[in-house]
Amino acid sequence: MTAVQIPPAAERVFRRDPASPVLRDLEAGPSREGTMIVNMGPQHPSTHGVLRLLLELDGEAVVRSKPVIGYLHTGMEKTGETLTYLQGSTNVTRMDYAAPLFNELVFSLATEELLGMEIPPRATWIRMLLCELNRMSSHLLFQATNGMDIGAVSMMLYGWREREEVLRLLEEITGLRMNHNYIRPGGVAADLPDGWEEAVLRVCDLVEPRLEEYDVLLTSQPIWRERLQGVGVISAEECLALGVTGPILRSTGYAWDLRSNMPYLAYEDVDFDVLVGSFGDCFDRYAIRLNEIRESMRIVRQIVERMPRGDYRTQDKKVTPPPRARIDESMEALIHHFKIFTEGFKVPEGEAYAAVESPRGELGCYLVSDGSSKPMRLHIRAPSFVNLQALPYMMEGALVADAVAIISSVDPIMGEVDR
Amino acid sequence: MSEIDTKEVAEETRAMAFGVPATEVRSQQVLHPAKEELAELAATLKAEGYGQCVDLCAVDYLTNPDRQGLPASITPERFEVVAVFITHGGAVAPHRIRARVQVPEDDLALPSITDIYPGTENMEREIYDMFGIAFQGHPDLTRILMPDEWQGHPLRRDYAVGQVPVQFKGAPS
Repeated sequence: MTAVQIPPAAERVFRRDPASPVLRDLEAGPSREGTMIVNMGPQHPSTHGVLRLLLELDGEAVVRSKPVIGYLHTGMEKTGETLTYLQGSTNVTRMDYAAPLFNELVFSLATEELLGMEIPPRATWIRMLLCELNRMSSHLLFQATNGMDIGAVSMMLYGWREREEVLRLLEEITGLRMNHNYIRPGGVAADLPDGWEEAVLRVCDLVEPRLEEYDVLLTSQPIWRERLQGVGVISAEECLALGVTGPILRSTGYAWDLRSNMPYLAYEDVDFDVLVGSFGDCFDRYAIRLNEIRESMRIVRQIVERMPRGDYRTQDKKVTPPPRARIDESMEALIHHFKIFTEGFKVPEGEAYAAVESPRGELGCYLVSDGSSKPMRLHIRAPSFVNLQALPYMMEGALVADAVAIISSVDPIMGEVDR
Repeated sequence: MSEIDTKEVAEETRAMAFGVPATEVRSQQVLHPAKEELAELAATLKAEGYGQCVDLCAVDYLTNPDRQGLPASITPERFEVVAVFITHGGAVAPHRIRARVQVPEDDLALPSITDIYPGTENMEREIYDMFGIAFQGHPDLTRILMPDEWQGHPLRRDYAVGQVPVQFKGAPS
């Protein structure tokens, strides 16, 4: 098999005029003699759910491609308008199902911005702990699926095994493996359980040597490198123009991480490095995600050491229901509890945009309130939705077998793409 | 906040930025261009170092027409297209800037900014799909999430939730 020659990224900034209608007529027919248009997906096992791709092939090389999405559209933004702010996080958590806590976080941050509310430091640090654990589980999921897509099938089992450990820990803390509804406007749902420090450190100690095994199994392996290096190259200029964020943007050598560049929560107070690649290829994206697991563990260890004491949710009675024990002895507390969970709390009129760095890039939430207890508009800026636009650029000239590696390296979560 | 303070804030919000009326919401600058000015504003912002248009979405203010937060010179309309631009630093600290564009119900069209920020292609298609707002000059303005033959625009406020009856297999019709 002869490798496809890929020119260095700098020479191929927008080889294709992005405004030209090249992609529009892909469905109409082939652009030149001898090419063939094939459908990949939406039920193809390596398309991470229901991504459908139209590929124009010249032999085994991809001439043009176009992602077709919408197969998982369930109207979650519309549903969000019918739920109160307290119920809202149960809805948004189902969007990016590999990183549900980030969705809850960004929704809560936007709501709190509208409320003009400060949350207690312990709640902030618990949120940060949970998000970093979730980043680990999400990137471990990527290691598993990426390995399987490329043919390292045993990686699927290893990645899943480690992710399971993290999910078990999340279950211990939040009560659920996924769709936690743990981070809520005003704080978090419950305090950390007794002995959480040991449980968290145990998982870190367990995952750390396993990552070394991944390095032996994949990173240093010539076949693995051959499959990924120089495949799906994209430049920083292309990424910026296409709105691409997250590990894909960082793989081009562009250091942009919201945690470090526009800190939220308490990321200013912890030490971590922003990892960048140098070639913008599939291998850089793989390596960045693998090492971000290590950075997340570094943050998690600092959080374990420095977790502040205090409340795990705000004491603002408008938002936080009374403690369970009070309900047994006080009629007012019962009424108060009932009102918060049936009517919800009112949020002042206004609009706010909040953003966090999810494992896939900038996850934003644009929230418009009309002064009632339900959002008038809930918009989620899903990183996968935007990042998918880079696929045709990465795939141009690649082989079909590489197309699978490229889709995998974008790490799209279709629940978030289609919402 | 006392009454005097509110007036002072109102005075301050008559400011202009990048040639369009601007307000400040919780220390974030919000621009209010007319819909014809959006493309020009996007080009200006790009030249000023706002390297990415991170988000583009629309809002239907059907149920809340007299909203707050708009400068006096702007007439509120039913639809609003909201764009979020980000600068990654350089001369200034990294920050976001938001543009709110009023789109009247009887003229649901505005110029596309895909030639300036190609990354808005999907987002403009989503707005077209969900609200029926057309972007002139968009390379491929088709439905993106809903099926092509779908009638109506689901995220409009007058589009009911659960309008499509579901026929379960084997259920008596």
